[in-house]
Amino acid sequence: MTMIEEIDYGTQAQSATRLVTLEVDGNPITVPEGTSIMRASMEAGIKIPKLCATDTLNSFGSCRMCLVEIEGRAGTPASCTTPVAPGMKVHTASDNVRRLRRGVMELYISDHPLDCLTCSANGNCELQDTAGEVGLRDVRYGQSGANHLDAPTDGSNPYFDFDASKCIVCSRCVRACEEVQGTFALTVEGRGFASKIAAGMNEPFLTSECVSCGACVQACPTATLMEKSVIELGQPEHSIVTTCAYCGVGCSFKAEMRGDRVVRMVPWKDGKANHGHSCVKGRFAWGYASHPDRILKPMVRAKTTDPWKEVSWDEAIGHVASEFKRIQAKAGKDAIGVITSSRCTNEETYLVQKLARAAFGNNNTDTCARVCHSPTGYGLGKTFGTSAGTQNFDSVEQADVIVVIGANPTDGHPVFASRMKKRLREGAKLIVIDPRRIDLVRTPHVEAAFHLPLRPGTNVAVMTSLAHVIVTENLIDADFVRERCELDAFSDWAAFVAEPRHSPEALESTTGVPADLLRGAARLYATGGNGAIYYGLGVTEHSQGSTTVMAIANLAMATGNIGREGVGVNPLRGQNNVQGSCDMGSFPHELPGYRHVSGDAVRSIYEREWGVPLSAEPGLRIPNMFDAAIDGSFLGLYVQGEDILQSDPDTHHVSKGLAAMECVVVHDLFLNETANYAHVFLPGSTFLEKDGTFTNAERRINMVRRVMAPKAGKADWETTMAISNAMGYPMNYTHPREIMAEIARTTPSFAGVTYERLGRESVQWPCNDANPDGSPIMHVEKFQRGLGHFVITEYVPTDEKVGPRFPLLLTTGRALSQYNVGAQTRRTANVVWHPEDMLEIHPQDAEDRGIRDGDWVRLASRAGDTSLRAVVTERVAPGVVYTTFHHPVTQANVITTDYSDWATNCPEYKVTAVQVAPSNGISQWQEDYRDLSENARRIEAAPAK
Amino acid sequence: MSPDKLAYMANQIGRFFVSQKSEDGVASIAEHLTKFWDPRMRRDFLAHLDEIALDPIVRQAAERLRKP
Repeated sequence: MTMIEEIDYGTQAQSATRLVTLEVDGNPITVPEGTSIMRASMEAGIKIPKLCATDTLNSFGSCRMCLVEIEGRAGTPASCTTPVAPGMKVHTASDNVRRLRRGVMELYISDHPLDCLTCSANGNCELQDTAGEVGLRDVRYGQSGANHLDAPTDGSNPYFDFDASKCIVCSRCVRACEEVQGTFALTVEGRGFASKIAAGMNEPFLTSECVSCGACVQACPTATLMEKSVIELGQPEHSIVTTCAYCGVGCSFKAEMRGDRVVRMVPWKDGKANHGHSCVKGRFAWGYASHPDRILKPMVRAKTTDPWKEVSWDEAIGHVASEFKRIQAKAGKDAIGVITSSRCTNEETYLVQKLARAAFGNNNTDTCARVCHSPTGYGLGKTFGTSAGTQNFDSVEQADVIVVIGANPTDGHPVFASRMKKRLREGAKLIVIDPRRIDLVRTPHVEAAFHLPLRPGTNVAVMTSLAHVIVTENLIDADFVRERCELDAFSDWAAFVAEPRHSPEALESTTGVPADLLRGAARLYATGGNGAIYYGLGVTEHSQGSTTVMAIANLAMATGNIGREGVGVNPLRGQNNVQGSCDMGSFPHELPGYRHVSGDAVRSIYEREWGVPLSAEPGLRIPNMFDAAIDGSFLGLYVQGEDILQSDPDTHHVSKGLAAMECVVVHDLFLNETANYAHVFLPGSTFLEKDGTFTNAERRINMVRRVMAPKAGKADWETTMAISNAMGYPMNYTHPREIMAEIARTTPSFAGVTYERLGRESVQWPCNDANPDGSPIMHVEKFQRGLGHFVITEYVPTDEKVGPRFPLLLTTGRALSQYNVGAQTRRTANVVWHPEDMLEIHPQDAEDRGIRDGDWVRLASRAGDTSLRAVVTERVAPGVVYTTFHHPVTQANVITTDYSDWATNCPEYKVTAVQVAPSNGISQWQEDYRDLSENARRIEAAPAK
Repeated sequence: MSPDKLAYMANQIGRFFVSQKSEDGVASIAEHLTKFWDPRMRRDFLAHLDEIALDPIVRQAAERLRKP
């Protein structure tokens, strides 16, 4: 194993089709028009010294290190900012430019510490390398003149230092923050010799607007911006490309290692989802993998009130199998089930659903997508024919109008948000449909053309009203509809949405959206060029979540915004492998590839492959499992890599369901909240400890590569195999590639997927004979179902209504620095940005209740109550409050109710009627839960040897 | 499972399909319950048909499912 070296071409690649041939140091080279001399030279294998240039940023031309001579032209232009021209003859190493470069380098080094041997960048310093390339041998000016050698170090950020004494003010960090991340948190303060890099208003990085994405650290050519982990551990000695285990963007990273220790995670430039960018979670928040809270030994206990007892793997697995068999013998084969993990690999997820179907003999398998994007599966399946986003992420670069509905990409999908913001800075228009004024509504150099601040729970009314404007103002793409869609269904739909009761004016009092804003947004989407819709859980987590997804699909079909670059309908998936867990047959009604279990032909494929008869009846969905447990017909559950107690709605109901089960098996990294009710704990493995694949929100199948041995001795797929074998159903895979081979054999959309292929490059499904190169864009010539199907979307108000007892509406979401239930990110330094869940409340609502910023408040609904501190802000509208669900001490889901989507039972997290009142600290329930939790986590001391 | 909760869920499903002009609402509701509800849910639902409040179209779908 060695370090993966990525070539830095100095400037960005050009996509022009017209080619230009020039000569560099006597070597002919042909490149696209617009290419810089620097890049053309590098492509010819000739590296021109540089400091301020790097190929992830626009050319800048400030360091004067890349000077060249061009025959017939005066002077020595910078090669990074000078484009090639036909017949140009360039000299990169003439005596003149060598002398000039050496002189410039002398000036740099005269104001740079000469501590290379003890510098954290030693061995990986572009300044050091460049000094070597220009042949610097002495510095005539010495170091006794005016300098910055005593400039202080800002160590406020938990992940990197800013050592100003080493800064050469090349502006790469400033430009990375602007061009790549789009936050504009950094600037060059002062002029001339007094120039220096400043964060925010010349404040510490930690308190500035910096979002710690790491782009500046990556761009820095010296040790000025350096990871604290490198300062502590030294430079890495080998690296392995893998895929981030946080959100659904699926960023590729180089895990840079020293032995079996991760030194740092560096975004991989060739990663097709992230193109070398990262966020604070993937880049820095991997310390949970070695956190002391990790449980590395299997444990069992007879009752959940007993302390845990550490046992061998054999004993734990044997206990699981024995209990599950006992329960099935007593209560029937349908009395046990599984929950697959959207944090685990495709191969692991496939095995868990196979365990349920082949070893347990039922379809009681579900996944966390139940509580996030199951309506996407139903809605896009019904309208387009399959459950997946239609575009690749690159498509956003061709979008003219971007519609963000019920999503907060800068927090939930930050790397994609940066690309979105870049496109918006280039001139694309933005429509935000969200009850909150999310950051995208107004952020540096980006301002939404329309923000529709709808009342929570009125998505369908708003979508249908948008359609009303498009139909009644004759903004339909008639050719697209005629050629690509079912015309009868379209006619029914068009007549429905055209009814006056769906006009923006008629619905204004329902939705809270001013009619003129809604009309403007509809016209912009329909007529503004390529219209691309991106949506999140603000769409799906409603009693009409599936209906809203179909309403979105209707809009895209009606305006012809499907089937080409720059358009489409794109669900932003929450967890890293939500798409994959759905693809792999995690749902209780579908085998892998979204094929219903009642299909004889489909079942026969798996019956042949697995050698057992399969049930043709759907199994229990997660909320139904709890109901069935309370009723006594569901008594055993294997949960891999999910914390359903903290993440699922109506905590009281979930805990009651779990408490009613006789054998709960939690397979996880930590003793999570669900484990409070578990009888067996099986230690899990992090993404760093196993091979496999994740599928991101653009259907891209990315390789996950093991960079260290599993700390608990087994990768998760091995643990599932052990359970299956102990249950009497043999599974004997020796590597996840064999599992993927089985997936490809049995699932048509994965038929062309192999590890050999994925090892060369990622691919987007469908990948098969019909789509041998994968499918960056779906539904190009026809929909997956043939003709697109319009669905009538009658608005049915939720039954969760405000009233005198609960007059406010609570909606929930996520923070940038935390991930899902926080099990991983709470065990990293990310807690400095989000140490607790807070309740956002409008100043008017706060004033009415005597609540001041920072006060403790009691948040109550008909389901339960909790206490947390308030943030008084106009980010939420009057009548609406908002919080996150990252911290178990708050347990926001003790508030949410059991209302759910009509089609899928996806919970209605986004609408809960609540009351907020001043409080003097945590509630009695929180105190009781804390006691229960501490008691449930006791581990019996191992006997002395 | 609670018959009232199952009735509530079934009525939710009914309210979607009743508005679909191009579909046979009764058949679609019955199909949805068959495709997405675990057999024990259907069994409990059908066992309490006489006790629960159902929208007319949902009751028709349920009666269709109850037939052997």
